[in-house]
Amino acid sequence: MSKPYVRTNFHEARWDEPMIYELSTPGTRGILVPEVEDEIVDAVGDVAAALPDSLKRSAPLLLPEVDQKHVLAHYIHLTQETMGSNLSNDLSEGTCTMKYNPRLSEAMSMNPDFAEIHPEQDDSTVQGTLEIFYKFEQIMKEVSGMDRFSFQPGGGNHAVYCASSVMRAYHASRKDDKRDTIITTIFSHPCDAAAPCTAGYNVVTLYPDEQGIPDYEGLKKAVAEIGDHLAGFFMTNPEDIGIYNPNIDKFVELVHSVGGLCYYDQANANAFLGVVRAREAGVDMCHFNVHKTFGTPHGGEGPANGAFGCREFLSKFLPVPTIEFDGEKYFRDYDRPDSFGKVRGYIGTAGVILRAYSWTMMHGAEGLRMCANISVLNNNYLEKMLLSIKGLGEAFLGNGITRQEQCRYTWEELKNDTGVGTDDINKRVGDFGIPWYWASHHPWVIPEPMTLEPCETYSKCDLEEYYLSLKLVAEEAYDNPEVVLSAPHRQASHDLANPEDLDDPEKWATTWRAFLRKHGDKYLKVK
Amino acid sequence: MSGKGNIVYPYIPNSVPDVRRAMLDELGFESEEDIYKEIPDRLRFKGEMKLPAPIHSEARLQRHVEKILAKNENVKDNISFLGGGTWNHYVPALCDTIGGRDEILTSYVGEAFTDHGKFQILFESTSMLGDLTGFEACNTPTYDWPNAVAITSRMAARTTGRKEILVSENIGPERKVINENYCKPDLKIVEVKYDFENRCLDLADLKSKVSDNTALIYFESPSYLGFLETQGAEIVEIAHAKGALVAVGVDPTSLGILEAPGDYGADYAVGELQPLGVHMQCGGGLGGFIATKDEEKFVAEYPSLLFGVLPTVKEGEYGFGQVAFERTSYGSREKGKDFIGTCAALHGMIAAVYLALMGPGGMKDLGSTIMQRMAYAKAELAKVPGVKLYDGYNFKEFVVNFDDFGKSVAEVNKALLKKKIFGGIDLTKSFPELGNSALYCVTEMLSKEDIDDLVVALNEMC
Repeated sequence: MSKPYVRTNFHEARWDEPMIYELSTPGTRGILVPEVEDEIVDAVGDVAAALPDSLKRSAPLLLPEVDQKHVLAHYIHLTQETMGSNLSNDLSEGTCTMKYNPRLSEAMSMNPDFAEIHPEQDDSTVQGTLEIFYKFEQIMKEVSGMDRFSFQPGGGNHAVYCASSVMRAYHASRKDDKRDTIITTIFSHPCDAAAPCTAGYNVVTLYPDEQGIPDYEGLKKAVAEIGDHLAGFFMTNPEDIGIYNPNIDKFVELVHSVGGLCYYDQANANAFLGVVRAREAGVDMCHFNVHKTFGTPHGGEGPANGAFGCREFLSKFLPVPTIEFDGEKYFRDYDRPDSFGKVRGYIGTAGVILRAYSWTMMHGAEGLRMCANISVLNNNYLEKMLLSIKGLGEAFLGNGITRQEQCRYTWEELKNDTGVGTDDINKRVGDFGIPWYWASHHPWVIPEPMTLEPCETYSKCDLEEYYLSLKLVAEEAYDNPEVVLSAPHRQASHDLANPEDLDDPEKWATTWRAFLRKHGDKYLKVK
Repeated sequence: MSGKGNIVYPYIPNSVPDVRRAMLDELGFESEEDIYKEIPDRLRFKGEMKLPAPIHSEARLQRHVEKILAKNENVKDNISFLGGGTWNHYVPALCDTIGGRDEILTSYVGEAFTDHGKFQILFESTSMLGDLTGFEACNTPTYDWPNAVAITSRMAARTTGRKEILVSENIGPERKVINENYCKPDLKIVEVKYDFENRCLDLADLKSKVSDNTALIYFESPSYLGFLETQGAEIVEIAHAKGALVAVGVDPTSLGILEAPGDYGADYAVGELQPLGVHMQCGGGLGGFIATKDEEKFVAEYPSLLFGVLPTVKEGEYGFGQVAFERTSYGSREKGKDFIGTCAALHGMIAAVYLALMGPGGMKDLGSTIMQRMAYAKAELAKVPGVKLYDGYNFKEFVVNFDDFGKSVAEVNKALLKKKIFGGIDLTKSFPELGNSALYCVTEMLSKEDIDDLVVALNEMC
């Protein structure tokens, strides 16, 4: 078996790259546009020049002017200053389900029969894409036990928003307009609070009991207080801390008893593929972050897909179009009068669905179950090692509950002992080739948090390397805290000189023009 | 070789039986069931999921997927006149090269120490979009243009403290329905008439509707029907006189030649990233942007992530971070501005590569060539008996009326399809007031020969 080691001689690429604007030389071209045929020019002349002055661009367009080789080099340099999960030990990003994304999927996504398709083409000319969508819907139905799916939401948060829209349409259809409040839990993703809020709902948040499980007594109290204003309950399970809520059916029963709907946020479904399903939990709706569990790249934060599933009684409210099959051909059905409308253009992020279909077909039911088994095994194997590190603990440590696919750890003891906290550790791990880890969603209920999720694509050796790297950094915190506190040392960039300026309207800059206006040439790399 | 029940999965290294056994032994577990014991039996899924038989080898899987995809017809083997929200533009090879790099393709939410490059690429992207639109603030991508419109409506409502959104009646149908859904809880949408005869917004109707309750006026130039709005500055003046804000929907490929909304006084520009180097993917290539003035009252209302540049502790080094993070739902849950999540960052990064390649000269040439090809297509189609075109200033798209052609748009498109031509979008349901009309789109990808083929095909139908 391969043996782990800590990358003590690691150094991330650091090209000291200027801004693309600083590479500009007037008159340079990176690519040419197809020339207009002479016959067209003869027939119509210079159409743009004939526009009225009020329509013509008045200010010079200040885009950079760079030749093709230097554009390529610039962006390759910048990509090299980024740690994607395909090239690093990225079990770091807990709650994000970072796993290997097969290159085969990328190759297939470039097929012109997939990439060069216009969404307004006649159904008869997009049978392949529609077939992929239809077949992946059948797969998702079986994985979840739900009756229908829409792949229109562009990510998990968007699926929660879609669910809020379906919930609103459902209650409106029953003329039950007073239902204006939802309940969620603090260890559910922030979107389970924020997206329903955007859709017009008040939000009540439950905290866990002393075991780390959402508090059933708290739910009873909230339900009693909200009464017939309760529209629904949004929850993750297992929650971000990796603890499965064994009372989920009781929660669902209670919410249903007062007329509310139940929503399962299954953004990270790695723990339970083939083990548990939304149907058996009794919920009415759910979503999967297809870009997480089903092996597709996260794209640096998208494109993604939030596959939204629901039971039959809610399916008439789904966004249009749905994808149907009449036995001979696939088609997009817009004729759905009870639909709440749409949340995104067209049918969804087809590239994500193509890759996920491919990934799922490679694994099959047995392979999906293997993903679940190995992800929970990896997590427990890593947990055992990590909890031996001095200074590191875990949320609800010692409650006797075996964690599922991820854990929320805490560096509280280390912080108390050394003054080195989780943000400091995080800046140091990158010096050993470990990507930035996910601390916790806000607010930090668990002090000095660190959330890790070792998916099935990490090897035993990866887990051990991760453990050894964290152990080394924790030891540094005790023996030589300055080396941790002054990190990063061997990464693509350093600490901001004044990070508080990011919150200062006089100093922040989201564009190069704003930066130049506010700071002049004071900080320019190329002067 | 592996067989049923004996698979070693190439993407699951610890599926090797000896490794798996060693790990279970280390934990004192018989199997993973010792982990799943936390789930009560009544909640467990019994049996095995009924999924299609797996295709374990990449070679066979590739064949399987390619066979399905071969049922599609693409715009390379056919001549496409489809637009309306996704457009067939050239995708430079460099866009594929960079967009396909594993470093950024498989990155996610790391901070800028280890993901410095991703931050800089997105910062350059927002910078160049700001240059195009005439603004100094811009967000990381939204899901798409329709979502950008919806988010802007809610941003403007918060900035002004007002609850009414005025929208030109001829904006894109999907943008309309998605905006309505977002505004439904607490904002009122009022449509402003479009004066089709004069190809511009009906200013009299606008003046009658704009009020002290108006948060935002949203119009598009080019409109969904391809017409350029000639009264942009007047609309801004009318809005600002009432304390309302203005957002303009733009086609970024037009802004090498057309006036930037920021330069005629608008408060926001919104639009679609897909034409900037992203493959169409049946609508999967979308990503939206919102550019605005770099003033706190505008910037503080973004729900999106904003990447900002600042100096680091090392002299001469650019560093990046999240601007005003607490404003987001990541920072403050439901107390944040609307909600944010994983959207379309990769498409924003690809747009950076595209705009860096094109530069001002490329964007100007692109705009000019599209206008010339479009004008040629309009002129040639106008010669077809029974086909009616509308004059006015267009960009990229235009309405073709078939009222006197003797065939419905559906029939025309069906006949064109047999000749491997994708006719324009059928407008008979979305814009019934235009009669038997279609929306045709011409980009730099269409040659004179392609346009002539369309004209010949229509003439043969007469």
